[in-house]
Amino acid sequence: MIALTIDVTLRQQAFELHVRETSAVEVLGVFGPSGSGKTTLLETIAGIRTPDTGEIRVGDRVLFSAAAGINLPARERHIGYVPQDALLFPNLDVAGNIDYGVRHRHHSLAGVLPLRSTLIEILDLGLLLERRVQKLSGGEKQRVAIARALMTQPAVLLLDEPLAAVDRARRDRILPYILRIRRDLHVPLVYVTHDEAELNSIADRVIHLEAGHVVGRSAAP
Amino acid sequence: MSTETWAIARFTVVMALTAIALSLPFAIAIGWLLARRTFPGKALVETVVSLPLVLPPVATGLLLLWLFGRRSPVGQALDAIGIEVVFTWKAVVIAMMVVSFPLVARSVRSGIEQVDRRYEDLAATLGATPFRILRTITLPLASRGIVAGAILGFSRALGEFGATIMVAGAIPGRTQTLAVGIYTFVETGREEAAWGLLLLSALLAFGAIYASNRLVEVRA
Repeated sequence: MIALTIDVTLRQQAFELHVRETSAVEVLGVFGPSGSGKTTLLETIAGIRTPDTGEIRVGDRVLFSAAAGINLPARERHIGYVPQDALLFPNLDVAGNIDYGVRHRHHSLAGVLPLRSTLIEILDLGLLLERRVQKLSGGEKQRVAIARALMTQPAVLLLDEPLAAVDRARRDRILPYILRIRRDLHVPLVYVTHDEAELNSIADRVIHLEAGHVVGRSAAP
Repeated sequence: MSTETWAIARFTVVMALTAIALSLPFAIAIGWLLARRTFPGKALVETVVSLPLVLPPVATGLLLLWLFGRRSPVGQALDAIGIEVVFTWKAVVIAMMVVSFPLVARSVRSGIEQVDRRYEDLAATLGATPFRILRTITLPLASRGIVAGAILGFSRALGEFGATIMVAGAIPGRTQTLAVGIYTFVETGREEAAWGLLLLSALLAFGAIYASNRLVEVRA
């Protein structure tokens, strides 16, 4: 468990995102209709977008602070990000995608081999490693993207609608993977969705986002 | 076809390949800057890069002749370390580089612009530095644009005449390229030799354009 402090305001054209939330939970759910700013919020935490004012902290580590003039670049934030469309690098195969972050941070795979085999086992990727990413199904892409993010041992994992690209019949097959990540690896998650039912089975705490603003909070049943 | 004809063709191809190999790193750097960065004077850089496209090649050649001549600081500096450019094969390469550069840089730029920036953003969250992102994500995904640009630049370099004849002259066996050769052969009444060069030029141009079109088709 880790405390995530988000207090940001970000304006772009007519849209304003304003979120203030401190939670010390394993899974923070963010629920809201499309256009409510869910993805913008994740990109802000990941360091892809810069807020106009405010602060973002993971535990004691300040990722962004307008007051202190701190704005860590994305590559130094140690935030794992899995976008809705997975965004697997099309020029690399599955293994190349999974190992991408490690090649940079550790210079060799040796140190993270145990983690790698754990992820391959948990996410059931063993048979996919040599595959081209274009040949994967929506659910497989999500699992590879999750492994790619977790290989860098992030402090927090951001999941943007991980079930959106998966057809309804297969959704029940992805969720258990995410629950196993939570149970076996203890990585805190921020889980974004427009489907409230999904959050019931996974989130400890949920914030409701509408038009860029938090309109409600609820603890999981 | 005479050995002289073949030698001219071989010389031209080698010079054009050298020119593209040397200008490609610069074209990639400029193409990336124009596609991905905003900076003061960007419009000026864009214009200067495209200038050789619209300037008469002979005028470009005159500029190069002055730049590498004994009266300019660049020419004097090169002269001081014993490098002679004007009327040598080096001048052929430089003329080819300058006239083909806009085509290569533009193609590289549009290739990079077509790469979804979100891949680059995501690579950054995985800890990659900007240079590593360029090397491992952006350039591989833009490779078709880069290769197409190189082929286009190569074709332009093969046919280069105006700048070459100004700065490198038409010295048989030393600076004579296909285009320059055709001109001098006709001038000196050796029409048959000129037709031989024409045939080789046409074949090379055909091959290059065909390859470039195939690349575009594969992309579409």
